[in-house]
Amino acid sequence: MKRTENYVKIEFLSRSTNESFARIAAAGFAAQLDPTLDELGDIKTAVSEAVTNAIVHGYPDELGRILLKLRIAEGGVLEISVRDWGRGIENVEQARQPLFTTGGAERSGMGFTIMESFMDRLSVKSQPGKGTTVTMRKRIATRANGKR
Amino acid sequence: MEISASSRERRLTLRLKGELDHHGARGLIRRAEQEIDTSLPLQLALDFGGVTFMDSSGIAVVIRCRQRMRELGGTVTLCQVPAQPRKVFEASGITRLVAME
Repeated sequence: MKRTENYVKIEFLSRSTNESFARIAAAGFAAQLDPTLDELGDIKTAVSEAVTNAIVHGYPDELGRILLKLRIAEGGVLEISVRDWGRGIENVEQARQPLFTTGGAERSGMGFTIMESFMDRLSVKSQPGKGTTVTMRKRIATRANGKR
Repeated sequence: MEISASSRERRLTLRLKGELDHHGARGLIRRAEQEIDTSLPLQLALDFGGVTFMDSSGIAVVIRCRQRMRELGGTVTLCQVPAQPRKVFEASGITRLVAME
């Protein structure tokens, strides 16, 4: 991975009120890359999905900690990772399938599909009983150098 | 998430305002089902004009409303959907099941 130009780490409790906080923090950090409104929307949506997964599936019956890492790498690449130390995912391939959910009626099973379609890259590492880390990357093209 | 409801000639309109995420989805589903059960509409219009952010929780809300409306023999339409929620709906493929005005 390319050289780090800037990063922040934010740790918070798995309370659903923090979903909104996490996506606003990510959008605020990403703003230094001068993203379009559309790109900001993509970033907020992907963070909201990843953090919601950690809250709903990582810690279904308890409160736990969630670590949001935001990194800007050379070339305008934003890397977002969301880590929890919760229950973990038995079968990551299955979890990534559209419409698969164990989350009940207010979940759609589309979280990973949305993350995949709104970001350039998505990786999921998980171990049952130890937790899950979702890492996503998106290149934010610089508008100042005439690329668009 | 604020919701206001209006019903006319068996068309129920639910106007949504604010951010629609997992935190607010359960309450929204409950409220939407209450409104449907009260007015028994043939057409449900979900007005997203005031929605400032939506993640996949919004898809779950629409799926639940669609199920309830199918039980009543009615339909769901999504209205005034801003760009960000529209992109989420389109990525999910739900626009093949539910009309978006």
